[in-house]
Amino acid sequence: MEAASDKKALLFWGLFLVVFALVPISRNDYYLAMANRILVWGMFAVAFNMLFGVTGMLSFGQALFFGLGGYGVGLMVKYLGQAWFLAGLGAGVAAAAVVAYLLGYLVIRVSGVFFTILTLAFGQLAWQITFRWYRVTGGDDGIQGLVPTGILGDHIVYYYFCLILVACSVWFLKRLSASPQGLILRCVRQNPARVRFLGRRVRRNQRRIYVISSVFAALAGGLMAGVDNSIHTNMLNWTTSGEVILMSVLGGIHQFFGPFIGAAVIKVIEDVVGARTEYWSLIIGLVMMTMVLLFPRGLVGEWVSFKARMRSGGARKEGV
Amino acid sequence: MQPILELSGVVKAFGGLVVTDEVSFKVLPGEISAIIGPNGAGKTTLFNQITGALKPDRGSITFQGTDITGLDTQEIVARGMGRAFQITSIFPEETVLDNVRVACLSRAGHTRQPLKGLGAYKSSTEKAMALLTSLGLADQAHRLAFELAHGDQKLLDIGVALGLEPKLLLLDEPTAGMSPEERHLTRTLVQKLWKEFNLTLIFIEHDMDTVFGIAQVVRVLQQGRLLAEGTPDEIRANPEVVKAYLGEEL
Repeated sequence: MEAASDKKALLFWGLFLVVFALVPISRNDYYLAMANRILVWGMFAVAFNMLFGVTGMLSFGQALFFGLGGYGVGLMVKYLGQAWFLAGLGAGVAAAAVVAYLLGYLVIRVSGVFFTILTLAFGQLAWQITFRWYRVTGGDDGIQGLVPTGILGDHIVYYYFCLILVACSVWFLKRLSASPQGLILRCVRQNPARVRFLGRRVRRNQRRIYVISSVFAALAGGLMAGVDNSIHTNMLNWTTSGEVILMSVLGGIHQFFGPFIGAAVIKVIEDVVGARTEYWSLIIGLVMMTMVLLFPRGLVGEWVSFKARMRSGGARKEGV
Repeated sequence: MQPILELSGVVKAFGGLVVTDEVSFKVLPGEISAIIGPNGAGKTTLFNQITGALKPDRGSITFQGTDITGLDTQEIVARGMGRAFQITSIFPEETVLDNVRVACLSRAGHTRQPLKGLGAYKSSTEKAMALLTSLGLADQAHRLAFELAHGDQKLLDIGVALGLEPKLLLLDEPTAGMSPEERHLTRTLVQKLWKEFNLTLIFIEHDMDTVFGIAQVVRVLQQGRLLAEGTPDEIRANPEVVKAYLGEEL
């Protein structure tokens, strides 16, 4: 059984890499940018879901870290020059780790809806700061002209740079979710009181995943700065936090790759429908409503349970 | 012999209601004992204080020679105390195997490991399977915990506690909600586990067949006070206990 699932995993990763690695062959900048956006948001959503679907912590403030990653790049390039793009990426990620660690002590004192509201409050606070502090952040104008350093300035090279980073990040998160640490996180979601009786500290584990998830959110934000060649205060607005929640729910929060698929679907709808009408968010609303009402397990969740039903149905027929 | 657990003058009150009233007793290593008493006598509250889920207002609790009064649950559990719950407390969406395996992994100190899959931890996996065999749950190892029958879930709850290799195990009504046949099986099983794992075992129980069938020492709580303590025969002959349980066959 283990060998079969190993083979399946290998096939999946092979397919994933080949499909995304072949996108530049289209020689179409539009497809390239869309694939890049799907990759980066997919990673953001998967990392977010380690917090939400796995550990049961609905943060409504991951935009703060996404924005930190973006502004790490933006401010470094604006004040120190284009050569500092990568250093900015690293600085944004490091800043996110520190902020998440410190903020974790504040927001993880409470749980459930109070945690959600607190994370939202801190997210909006950060958004207001970048919005109002015009002199430093450029306020609502954002920061433009963020071209990655050297060969990374080439669209295709930058795309492969993102692909490698995203693949490594998602691979790490996948390992994490299947590891003993991942099991403890799932236990924290299902029965935190019993986790204490396993001799484990609930809040310490929650802080750990909060930091990990936020670090990848910042990496996503930093990479997006290079995809869009600009950053904007909207990265920190609550709508960004909301979007990553929608992606997770759409794809299925109890499947590791659910949020990635959800991110792909939402980004495609945004682009394709958004090119035809400014009311594209209406379509997203309708899709979300349909999913939540009719397919609450999400796209991947429903697919997995459909396969399971087919298999058990088939087994029954063989039995007769 | 030095007691493994010693309570002295433990007091706990919620507002004006005294739920634990100057309770003192000693539990010897290897002993299997029962705590009985009417509903509201403070039995579970006492367990909560021993395991650090509640802090006593006064008095001290000593476990294996060290004062554990006021320590957090995690610290007390790490010192070798395990507990199963009156209302089954398991991880419903994990497999039966993983419910026990997470305890074994925790005991072995592997729960921070972020990279290797669960299967890589062979000794924890084998230990978990051996435990499930002892509990008679091995054939259901790969089912999800919430799919188990009520009685099996109670056993799994005990299995999670045993995965930590506790020296002292506290069981809160192990036969609650079971049919007479299941109760009989569980009683035999608890006694078997006590011997097999060299446990010191304290259980709260309402089923008198279980109490007088397997306990070496019985302690009776009434309105937070320790009313009596002794062998099953002594307890049966104690007039105060008989009065407290007026009309009930002991």
